[in-house]
Amino acid sequence: MGSGSLLWNLTKKYLTVGVIGLTITDRYASIVPVRGGSMSPTFNPRTNTVLGSLDDRVLIEKFCLAKYKFSHGDVVVFRSPSEHKQKLIKRIIGLPGDWIGTPQNDVIKIPEGHCWVEGDNPASSMDSRTFGPIPLGLVQGRATTIVWPPQRVCQVERRILQDRFPPSA
Amino acid sequence: MNAWKSIAKDAFTQTCLVVKFLGFLHLTNNYLISPTLVYGPSMLPTLNLTGDVLLVEHVSHRFQKVGPGDVVLVRSPLDPTKMVTKRVVGMEGDRINFLPDPSITDICRTIMVPKGHIWIQGDNMYASCDSRHYGPVPYGLVQGKLFFRVWPPSSFGSFGQ
Repeated sequence: MGSGSLLWNLTKKYLTVGVIGLTITDRYASIVPVRGGSMSPTFNPRTNTVLGSLDDRVLIEKFCLAKYKFSHGDVVVFRSPSEHKQKLIKRIIGLPGDWIGTPQNDVIKIPEGHCWVEGDNPASSMDSRTFGPIPLGLVQGRATTIVWPPQRVCQVERRILQDRFPPSA
Repeated sequence: MNAWKSIAKDAFTQTCLVVKFLGFLHLTNNYLISPTLVYGPSMLPTLNLTGDVLLVEHVSHRFQKVGPGDVVLVRSPLDPTKMVTKRVVGMEGDRINFLPDPSITDICRTIMVPKGHIWIQGDNMYASCDSRHYGPVPYGLVQGKLFFRVWPPSSFGSFGQ
């Protein structure tokens, strides 16, 4: 009887911690690993080291989801439009109303409620150049800080690529 | 001194209780069932103009159990702070015939729904802003499936296809 109630107490404790943890990661902040070299050199500058893959861990804040206010150069995590289970991390290049040059050499206007995302490493990145502008509703959070490995702890800075915009008339 | 200690302990216990409660509330609201108020003309014969209260379940869309005919809650692609309620018409790979604007022309257009997307339409095709305007929407925007109507009481009951 005594061990049973002990087990029940332990289960209850784990459940509570799990529920509170889930709430925090869903609503406020979470830490995710970044895989692949599509955001190099911002994340994972060396993809194949001798030590194996040392993935960067990044702190994602979710307060921006209350109003979906983003600015140019923010690094965001979003669900892939073609594969909803997959999450991608890219930099916002264009916001609604911007005109942007596509790889097909034409200029499109980003529709209402959408954004244009690109990786920092254009050579190996699956981004808006393949699937076009994405709805802002797919965005899951904004990357603020690299928290792991220790020698790479730093803020994720915003970077605006001016050359992506066509010269204004 | 002892009195302060007991007060602090009490406050801590109460805070823990509130945090636990909020955690469980978040869990049920986002992963199991939540109520929602639907209004507007876009789903008219099915849902009333003035506002119905329905229950949304957040389980089946995580297991890809959403199919044509289901009424789903979708984050609007035009304004991410808003939710829209529409009926799923086609899944990825389906061919959809639709009238871009039935009140003006009756020219039919055909589109193939791309991978990972769904085609959503309102039941009232004359007053609905849906996939006919903004195209297929990514499956990742689906937030839940409507399955039970609470209000008005005359149509209380499960909400079929």
